[in-house]
Amino acid sequence: MADNSEEEIYQEHILDHYEDPYHRGSCDGKTHADEGDNPLCGDKVSLELRIDPQGVIREAWFDGKGCIISQSCSSMLVEEIEGKSVDELKKFSADDMLRLIRVRLTPNRQKCGLLPWRVLQSAMHSPIAKLDGGAHYGGPNLGEEA
Amino acid sequence: MKELVSAPLDVEKIKLDFPILNRSLPGGRQLCFLDSAASAQRPHVVIDAIRECYEVYYANVHRGVYWLSEQSTDRFERARQTVARFFNAPAVESIVFTSGCTAAVNLIAHSFGSSFVKSHDTVLLTEMEHHANIVPWFQLRERTGCQVRFVDITDDGLIDSANWYAALEARPKIVAFTAVSNVLGTINPVADMVREAHEVGATVVVDAAQAAPHQTVDVQDWDADFVVFSGHKLMGPNGIGVLYGRPELLEAMPPFLGGGGMISRVSRDGFEPGVVPARFEAGTPPIADAIGLAAAIGYLENVGLDRIHNHETELASAALETLEKIDGIRLLGPGMESRSGIVSFSHQSVHAHDIAQVLDQAGVSIRAGHHCAMPLHSRYGLSATARASFYLYNTLGDVQQLADALSHGIEKLHSPRRRTRK
Repeated sequence: MADNSEEEIYQEHILDHYEDPYHRGSCDGKTHADEGDNPLCGDKVSLELRIDPQGVIREAWFDGKGCIISQSCSSMLVEEIEGKSVDELKKFSADDMLRLIRVRLTPNRQKCGLLPWRVLQSAMHSPIAKLDGGAHYGGPNLGEEA
Repeated sequence: MKELVSAPLDVEKIKLDFPILNRSLPGGRQLCFLDSAASAQRPHVVIDAIRECYEVYYANVHRGVYWLSEQSTDRFERARQTVARFFNAPAVESIVFTSGCTAAVNLIAHSFGSSFVKSHDTVLLTEMEHHANIVPWFQLRERTGCQVRFVDITDDGLIDSANWYAALEARPKIVAFTAVSNVLGTINPVADMVREAHEVGATVVVDAAQAAPHQTVDVQDWDADFVVFSGHKLMGPNGIGVLYGRPELLEAMPPFLGGGGMISRVSRDGFEPGVVPARFEAGTPPIADAIGLAAAIGYLENVGLDRIHNHETELASAALETLEKIDGIRLLGPGMESRSGIVSFSHQSVHAHDIAQVLDQAGVSIRAGHHCAMPLHSRYGLSATARASFYLYNTLGDVQQLADALSHGIEKLHSPRRRTRK
């Protein structure tokens, strides 16, 4: 019987993204944003997107706090989606997300890995007010995690 | 006799009684089970009692006038006597079987709460309660408009006594608190708290879910009005819990759930509730589960609760001492003078879920999350902690396995390597 827990989930690329994340921080000129959490474990992820008038993601940034899986998956996701159109992303399924991260997560940990994907689904459809460009968005950075 | 009570446990022998503890995990990992505070494992005698019930004499209880039903009824009611004796309850009728500890608190909040709590009343809880002893009271607030207040806890995980006395001055109608915190391991001074709550006229509910499996519980010594616990944390089956209620209170309370078994008669016009405790046991009760629970209690009593308690505190003490030495670990809860066999901790940068995951890779089963105690975690500025909990079948070797796996795991996940994405 296959046993997922024996498969190493803290593989090099996961830890690399955790320690050296892609686009963690705030997105200048963001047009869309949203955030979400997993109350069970307290993982929080916020996404900020700059989507051009043609519907292409020009920039994607994340911030948040939580476990290695939720944070490294956020990094992998924002790296993946830049340059893609909103229409393309609508087809980017939860299974696609689980494939992107290249480790097998047990169902409980899939909640961590899919958190940024879940936030993306709402962020794409959550335009921010134009005049509100200077508003700070996003949770504390990882260094503040207790 | 004293020697017998304090004699150390022969854990290797005890372990043989638990089939699941004698298996290895996939990949040959040695199982180190440290999650008994969530649910304990079961000895042979419990599993055998359940099997015997289903194989030898099972039928629905009460009212059946045939041999199987009489046998089942007899064993089911004897299980109630066992629980009554275990708790030193003043009457067998003061023991109500429920589907669990949660159901027992809900029963009190609905039956007693909805009848006797008014909009000007207050229910007093503590910050260290499990959600099962919080949410039913919030729901009571929705029904009655009453207040729900929380007593503060201190940085080291004790009930803040100044805040406790101040809260009692407001004369709460109900005071509901846990005997032992499921996160901090704090053992509260139940008898004193009950007395002080009674002095201001409160009705007192004690959550004994984390106490009954690990220390002697005497409801008359505590003098509590209601005491609840669940079977599965005490090596009994899932799906059974116990409500002890002071007999005169149970007599005054209306039924909670309606159905078969809880009535004395039903007509087209209405129903008359049955007598206590049947009044609170609508529907077919958890028959085999009650019988399994009685077997678990028998097993516990054979080993001796005082010996178990001593054993667990020895393990928790060793765990505190060992984990404290690991860099970045923050231990929650009080010192050993008021702590049971529960040790919760967090790490300055590694999330509790990641800790639990790397420990699992070493066969160590602990729990990570908020442990159904979100207000408690907020109090300490945490969203999740890792929790190791010990029981009679754990050893100092388990403590060492935990500590080794934790050091190794933190080294793996935390030590800065100046990684860069490829």
